[in-house]
Amino acid sequence: MEKFQTLISTAVPLPIEDVDTDQIIPARFLKATTREGFGENLFRDWRFGPDGAPRAEFVLNNPLYSGSILVAGRNFGCGSSREHAAWSITDYGFRVVVSSFFADIFRGNALNNGLLPVQVSDVFLHAIFSEIETNPRASFKADLEAQSFTIVSTGQAEHFDIDPYKRMCLLNGYDDIDFLLSMKDEIAAFEAERSRKAGFVHTL
Amino acid sequence: MSKTLFDKIWDAHVVSQAEGGIDVLYIDRHFIHEVTSPQAFDGLRQRSIPVFRPGQTVATADHNVPTRNQHLPISEALSRFQVQKLSENCAEFGLELYGLGHPYQGIVHVIGPELGITRPGMTIVCGDSHTSTHGAFGCIAFGIGTSQVEQVLATQCLLQKKPKRMRITVDGELQPGVLSKDIILYIISKLTASGGTGHFVEYAGSAIRALSMEARMTICNMSIEMGARGGLIAPDETAFAYIRGREFAPQGEAFDKAVEYWRSLYSDEGALFDTEYHFRAEDIEPMVTYGTNPGMGIGISQAIPLAPESGSAQTFEKSLAYMGLRPGEHLAGKTVNYVFIGSCTNSRIEDLRIVAGYVRGRKKADNVHAMIVPGSRQVAAQAKAEGLDAIFREAGFDFREPGCSACLGMNEDKIPQGEYCVSTSNRNFEGRQGPGARTILASPLMAAATAIAGRIVDVRESLNGPINN
Ligand code: SF4
Repeated sequence: MEKFQTLISTAVPLPIEDVDTDQIIPARFLKATTREGFGENLFRDWRFGPDGAPRAEFVLNNPLYSGSILVAGRNFGCGSSREHAAWSITDYGFRVVVSSFFADIFRGNALNNGLLPVQVSDVFLHAIFSEIETNPRASFKADLEAQSFTIVSTGQAEHFDIDPYKRMCLLNGYDDIDFLLSMKDEIAAFEAERSRKAGFVHTL
Repeated sequence: MSKTLFDKIWDAHVVSQAEGGIDVLYIDRHFIHEVTSPQAFDGLRQRSIPVFRPGQTVATADHNVPTRNQHLPISEALSRFQVQKLSENCAEFGLELYGLGHPYQGIVHVIGPELGITRPGMTIVCGDSHTSTHGAFGCIAFGIGTSQVEQVLATQCLLQKKPKRMRITVDGELQPGVLSKDIILYIISKLTASGGTGHFVEYAGSAIRALSMEARMTICNMSIEMGARGGLIAPDETAFAYIRGREFAPQGEAFDKAVEYWRSLYSDEGALFDTEYHFRAEDIEPMVTYGTNPGMGIGISQAIPLAPESGSAQTFEKSLAYMGLRPGEHLAGKTVNYVFIGSCTNSRIEDLRIVAGYVRGRKKADNVHAMIVPGSRQVAAQAKAEGLDAIFREAGFDFREPGCSACLGMNEDKIPQGEYCVSTSNRNFEGRQGPGARTILASPLMAAATAIAGRIVDVRESLNGPINN
């Protein structure tokens, strides 16, 4: 996994609530068997019409907005467990998603892919949206070490929570699987102890 | 100390605690399907590691499969490739696969329970959010991403932070014509699509106790639609009777011993929950959704709210514009040309029996295309054995072969742009059933009544006997 420490960037606003994973990447694009290339179809049906022509009104098609931070309304990433949603967002070029609320599975998938979910208060989210509205080229700073998100022009900042373990993984680029693989002996011992106690419960 | 059911199961599966209160959680059962597994197998190959406990993973092909002519090669190239890839991966890593054509094939959350693989007290995961379905048996079951599928394949464990506990109690008796699907749509409409986030839900109360296992699965299935990681119900005699004699269930003495253990799986008197809700079964009517998330639901006699009950006006308006509906409008009376009965929420034999009971001797309206997709080959075979297929045919319904089908439209079963579909599935997201499709979630009974009337009706007005599950 790619490390994440600090990022300063402009941001793309998506002030819609309950953005579900079917909008992020519709099911019909889940047929690939690798992790690459999903960015092409990120927000496919909001971004392109049925004929494949870009919809001018959608923010990703508006040249005013760019950057590696996506700012979205509350309950971002609800719906399915498809990690393809996180893959499509990172493949498109985002490294941070800001919202006032994230769905659990999406949050986990993002963290497992070097994509930082920054959960801020509704008030601060609103301030971020206004900042972008006034100046589409406004910069923001996501600092994982300090766990803070800052509106650069005003210096207004908010602390965000992240699991200490997940923070450590992201700062260093570690995957969960490395940790789990290092635990194999303990896992086997757990299995042995348990089947001694209650073998009947777990035989297929 | 008093413990919740959830804590009893969770604590029994903690291998060790890592930094920051994160548990290494042991996983008893792992289900995989073709869509969320290929990249996980690639990961194993890159690391040159085997599957740690191949006997604890079961695979099936469901999301992409056609629901006609399953004996022929899949015509759509990408779907064919993905399903093929699953077969290759299972062969290479030594995993059991109930692929196309296998008598056990079906939607992953339908086959686990019906084969007796899903059992009380287990931890169960799958790269699919509706894994919560299995919680109906009193187990901890939740959906995971593909990176985690890889972790489970590699180590049979996951790193998890213990969620909070919520209890939702539904007491009382359901009105005739109100099904478990209505209970869960009602609960989600009260809690909203994010109201359960961060929690694991236990469903309790006399109305839940009275439900069949299949009806309980419908409820647990949709736990994720309020953002909860999963839902579970304490196992009881209904659960034990369901499991007894199933293909992979413990048999004979082993079964009795298992039941002895399963009887200890309940929330102790006085156990503490972080959040509690209470509802009355009598307050619930047949439900329909009007928006683009499952929290946007109303009773059939009610009108679409004039303003959002939670969330922003902008999101509410966007949602209604997509649905072609207006605030204050009633859904009853609305013409609907598509009806879909299927998905891991409502495609079990009991759902099919309920639909058959209603449509027997009736004919679908001319404007409607009504599709019934059984959840598994076993369900399909049982339906045929009971003559339900003939009832469906006579009523003009299109009875298909098993798979996820129009629940997510990954195969060719899609609802056309702009059309309404009353669907027994679990998600009414924009485009879920095909680009531009407008989904109205409802119970199998409401779906059947819509198909017969050609428009949305209150099924309570045309019941031909007391129907319950
Ligand atoms: S039936 Fe629908 S919700 Fe269920 S597993 Fe298949 S696609 Fe997912």
